[in-house]
Amino acid sequence: MMLEILRVSWRSIRSNKMRSFLTMLGIIIGVMAVVLSSAIGVSSRDSVTSRVESLGSNILTIGPGFAQSGGINHGFGSASTLTVANATAIEKDDPDVALTAPLASDNAQVVFGANNTSAAIEGTNQNYATIKNITMAQGGFLTAADVTHSANVAVLGSQIEQTLFSGYAGSPVGQQIDIQGIPFTVIGVAATQDSTGFENPNDGIAIPVTTEQNLLTGSTTVSQILASAKSSAVMDDAQLEITSTLRVLHQLAPSAANDFQITNQATILSALSGISQTLTYLLDGISAISLLVGGIGIMNIMLVSVTERTREIGIRKAIGARKGIISTQFLLESLTLSLAGALIGLIIGGGGAIVVGQISKTGNLLSPTAVILAVVFSVAIGLIFGVYPARKAANLKPIDALRFE
Amino acid sequence: MSAAEGVMPTSRGAGVGSNGSAHSRPVLIDIRNLVREYSIGGQTIRALDGVSLQIHHGEFVAIMGPSGSGKSTAMNMIGCLDTPTSGDYILDGYSVAQMSEDDLADLRNQKIGFVFQSFNLLPKTSALENVELPMMYAGVPRRERRRRAEEALVRVGLGERMHNRPNELSGGQQQRVSIARALVNNPALILADEPTGALDSRTTEDILRLFEELHEQGNTIVIVTHEMEVGEHAKRIVHFRDGNVEREEWTDEKAGDAR
Repeated sequence: MMLEILRVSWRSIRSNKMRSFLTMLGIIIGVMAVVLSSAIGVSSRDSVTSRVESLGSNILTIGPGFAQSGGINHGFGSASTLTVANATAIEKDDPDVALTAPLASDNAQVVFGANNTSAAIEGTNQNYATIKNITMAQGGFLTAADVTHSANVAVLGSQIEQTLFSGYAGSPVGQQIDIQGIPFTVIGVAATQDSTGFENPNDGIAIPVTTEQNLLTGSTTVSQILASAKSSAVMDDAQLEITSTLRVLHQLAPSAANDFQITNQATILSALSGISQTLTYLLDGISAISLLVGGIGIMNIMLVSVTERTREIGIRKAIGARKGIISTQFLLESLTLSLAGALIGLIIGGGGAIVVGQISKTGNLLSPTAVILAVVFSVAIGLIFGVYPARKAANLKPIDALRFE
Repeated sequence: MSAAEGVMPTSRGAGVGSNGSAHSRPVLIDIRNLVREYSIGGQTIRALDGVSLQIHHGEFVAIMGPSGSGKSTAMNMIGCLDTPTSGDYILDGYSVAQMSEDDLADLRNQKIGFVFQSFNLLPKTSALENVELPMMYAGVPRRERRRRAEEALVRVGLGERMHNRPNELSGGQQQRVSIARALVNNPALILADEPTGALDSRTTEDILRLFEELHEQGNTIVIVTHEMEVGEHAKRIVHFRDGNVEREEWTDEKAGDAR
């Protein structure tokens, strides 16, 4: 009997193909959104994690703190008190710190032959490549001797190399470039690195920090110190050690605030995944609303359908259909519509999830939870929004329904 | 499940043929003091005003009367499509007046075959499937349903057009499909509401002849009509006026002449 009723419902859906499709559209879009948003959420969280990790593991970034003079806050980073000597001291004195690299940043005009470009010049030391996980495409990175002797040598980011040496056939290693009019010898080119989203590591030039201070900035301070902890387990210990070392070196009174700031990579990571989590919630909310609107669409069409088929309902009742049979028929129709919509939405959304997975190289993103949730939710919507029209149909009086034109 | 479930006509074989006295057979429809009131815009209208009427198994009865005479309301009552305000209606032993909607549905399914003026076939559905419909609600297995539906269509002379949809059939053919649908559950009563109202005069003759054949095979038939030519085919005419039975006449001789 159930099968017979199902066939009747199916026939009515098929006889109004366009209308059925439009009715399903809300559910299709909703389910698609649920599946896709969960895929995008997982993907963005994964890629944020992997990118932050690819920056180098266990990094603590020490930056300038809030400079205060006479109670006036000059804001974050307004005055740096960090020096190359601080970096050396941290590396030497703090047991949980493996390596440090000072970082003095500047922007400068770079020229090679007829090509010229503006580049971020990072004055640093030999540890920078290790801490930042930089691998070399050609030549080598800065050496300790380069830093000691304040050599005029430069390591190019891959993008700078392409810009500067476009049209040049030979190897850039050994070539001479001008940075702000001062000649430097290229000793290496870094391999392309993934972007972090905040800065592009490929368009910088690394030179010895001593050279940068002497020739370009003329300042004795550096803008940042990068420190790598010996393992991720001792990150917090390393942070405490660095803090006390710097406080001593900077001769801060016990009551004074730090004149530097230490950023832990774990903090960045959790902040970023927090953002992507919020985004996922937002998308989920939109999907839920879309499913709800889809459900209302189904109810709307079912009500129209009941009115349109009043006569048919009258005939069926006159011939002996009980109330339950009529309401089951209409309920099955709305269920079929929502379920079919869910399946189509799954196919499209699932396809989209696979494409997103391919693009972001995060593998299979079709989460079974999202799939089950979407299907269960749309079936529930088919039921909830189908009940009212079905009851309306079942409660029609046969004489009224038969007389209906 | 209802009281009507599984009940098949019992007294069909009692007197096959039209010549025996109707009153010698058991009562099928027993209406006593039936009142039906409608309220329209605060006004109460009494469509049936204490009607009493008995129809026996195997009878061929026409209910006639001008519009507003209450014949349509009477037909809704007899067809168990509506329930009375007061009074009793006993159909083949079952008291209808107090039945629930679902029990009425079962009773209609088992006891009554409807033939309507506008045919009332399901569109986009083949003749065969239309005829199968009452059996579907009666829970007859699929294969048997198909067999009985085919038999019924052959019986009304539509063996060739079983798979056509209503819109591919002429009016007369559609009415034959609906008669087949009315017959197929072997109902105790075939109830026809202006069955020829939408047909031309030649087709009307054909359909009325079909009703006569069915009557001769022992079926009880009640036709509601306002056309005298249609009513004359019945053996007994019940005239309604102002919500009650005005008079009855027996037309055995006239029906014979018409042939």
